[in-house]
Amino acid sequence: MSQPVLSVRDLVVEFSAREGVLTAVNGVSFDVHAGEVLGLVGESGSGKSVTGLAVLGLIDAPGRIASGAILLNGEDLTKKSEAELRRLRGRNIAMIFQDPMTTLNPVLRVDTQMIEAIRAHEKVSERAARDRARDALAKVGIPSPEERLVSYPHQFSGGMRQRVAIAIALLHRPAVLVADEPTTALDVTIQAQILSEVQQLAAESGTALVWITHDLSVVAGLADRVAVMYAGRIVEEGHVADVLERPAHPYTNGLIGSVPSRNKRGEPLAQIPGMTPSLASLPPGCAFAPRCPRADAVCKNPPGVTHAGDARAFRCFHPLIPVEAAA
Amino acid sequence: MLVYVIRRLGQAALVLAVMATLVFIAVYAVGDPVAILASPQADQQELEAITQRLGLDRPLYEQYGLFVWNALHGDLGRSFVYNEPALTLILNRLPATLELALTALVIAVFIGIPLGLYAGLKPQSLGGHSIMAGSILGFSLPNFWQGLMLVLLFSVMLGWFPAGGRGTTRELLGVPVSFLTLDGLSHLILPALNLALYKMALVIRLTRAGTREVMLQDYIRFARAKGLSQSRVIGVHVLKNILIPVVTVLGLELGSMIAFAVVTETVFAYPGIGKLLIDSIGRLDRPVIVAYLMLTVVMFVIINLIVDLIYAAIDPRVRLEEAKA
Ligand SMILES: Nc1ncnc2c1ncn2[C@@H]1O[C@H](COP(=O)(O)OP(=O)(O)OP(=O)(O)O)[C@@H](O)[C@H]1O
Ligand code: SF4
Ligand SMILES: [Mg+2]
Repeated sequence: MSQPVLSVRDLVVEFSAREGVLTAVNGVSFDVHAGEVLGLVGESGSGKSVTGLAVLGLIDAPGRIASGAILLNGEDLTKKSEAELRRLRGRNIAMIFQDPMTTLNPVLRVDTQMIEAIRAHEKVSERAARDRARDALAKVGIPSPEERLVSYPHQFSGGMRQRVAIAIALLHRPAVLVADEPTTALDVTIQAQILSEVQQLAAESGTALVWITHDLSVVAGLADRVAVMYAGRIVEEGHVADVLERPAHPYTNGLIGSVPSRNKRGEPLAQIPGMTPSLASLPPGCAFAPRCPRADAVCKNPPGVTHAGDARAFRCFHPLIPVEAAA
Repeated sequence: MLVYVIRRLGQAALVLAVMATLVFIAVYAVGDPVAILASPQADQQELEAITQRLGLDRPLYEQYGLFVWNALHGDLGRSFVYNEPALTLILNRLPATLELALTALVIAVFIGIPLGLYAGLKPQSLGGHSIMAGSILGFSLPNFWQGLMLVLLFSVMLGWFPAGGRGTTRELLGVPVSFLTLDGLSHLILPALNLALYKMALVIRLTRAGTREVMLQDYIRFARAKGLSQSRVIGVHVLKNILIPVVTVLGLELGSMIAFAVVTETVFAYPGIGKLLIDSIGRLDRPVIVAYLMLTVVMFVIINLIVDLIYAAIDPRVRLEEAKA
């Protein structure tokens, strides 16, 4: 297979807090290839956003990338200076965020925010940049883009704002787009529209997508591969259909069980018992052990990665699929 | 917009009328200016002559009626002391005070905002802590004491600037100003700094708090994710957002700066309206006191109106029609 555009290796991100050092991302590794969509799934607090921000070099104090490598087309971003990172951000690697109501600056017009994004990376005239901004708006399905350019963010609906953010993120046809739950705050219908539009636009520009979500049904329709995160670690990874049909990790299984459409009508919604653990008080072995129905004494040790067949991997001593399948 | 302005002016007229009435009666009640104005040797006849000349022999309601009648015709009365129209007296002194207040405002903004930004961006740094400590001093030390210390340090000990007065002025569009001459400027700096210190502390705190809040917003993250330079993110995305509260508060404070110039003008013997007011109160010069306060109210109203307009200009979400005053 070709070289991945983005390859994250053993990434560790720490925050120094009053309770000590919290490891929000703990040895995360994944690859994304050109034109591919990777779904990054997990409960709130599992470290998805921190992983995404780290990839763009946007972790601020008190956080830091403690170790690991982030290779963009083979170049390690963790070794780059802030000035070098700035030149890559928005041009080679872009990001959109969860809440469209807050991602655009409320006191700047949309054209200002688009033109500055173009001119941050290319020496073009204001006029040329403006024309491109207008075309980009048209492309994400914003009606009468010429007039909308001079609007302020509050004059757009949530869905339209997220479209503007997507248009901005794709202005330079980046190699990778990290999408941090961009549809979570939107209506289901608009969510579906935006999903398919982003998918299409990314495919057109050959952009690889890292799609962060806590919603497995989004991943099912969109992603090629999925990585499931729990308490700062990727606990399971594989092709979407494969993982959804034959989950190996009890946590993945629990997530699948709690998707509403999978539950039988009239029965109470299945839920994973217990709560997302606090990073400050993780158990020494498998972090999922306190909530895991299959946990036993062995699970007091940290589980290593088991590779099983075609791009499939998980961290569990007692997987739900037969271990003989392991390659 | 027009409706909004008219409504604001209507409210202002009401405030003006009520205030003028209260002050008029209050000053009447405080005492008899004739006793202060006349020379100690004056006999009964002379005293009566003065009382009559000033119209103070008539009953209060007549004096008040006359005042209202004249005020409606634009005449706020003559000063008992200077025998000049009170309004002329004040307007002659107004440029000095306005110059002082505006200079102080400029100092407060151009020093306060950068310091506040720095303290907001690097709250844990030594510089950030020092700036905040300094701003606490600016807040808590009494204004007149700060003024005295400035005089002591820069005039008496270092001899850099004169301790008082206004210095040479030059006409600018028919108004005498002192910042155009070196002598005038050197007279202006200390009192302006004195008046600015408190506001500067305020600007620093507002800017710092605003910066810290804005830096956590998603749109700053997004701006950085676009690959904008640090200077563009801070100079445009952050600054434009924190300017909204700063402009609002400063606008409101400009009025109080003109009013509080009283203290600074007294410390620095600066010939502005504040000093005139203090002198007039000492002599129970009712027409000047009433005219001063009426003018102050008018000034507050105008300033607030301008602030609202600026506010609407920098914050696109504000619609003046909606702002029910
Ligand atoms: N600035 C910070 N300071 C301290 N801890 C932080 C900071 N940012 C994130 N964390 C910690 O990192 C962990 C992971 O957070 P992250 O935002 O990545 O979760 P997430 O998976 O994106 O969740 P959500 O679905 O709620 O967005 C959390 O436990 C959080 O407490
Ligand atoms: S390692 Fe043990 S506790 Fe952890 S998920 Fe697997 S079975 Fe459960
Ligand atoms: Mg998140």
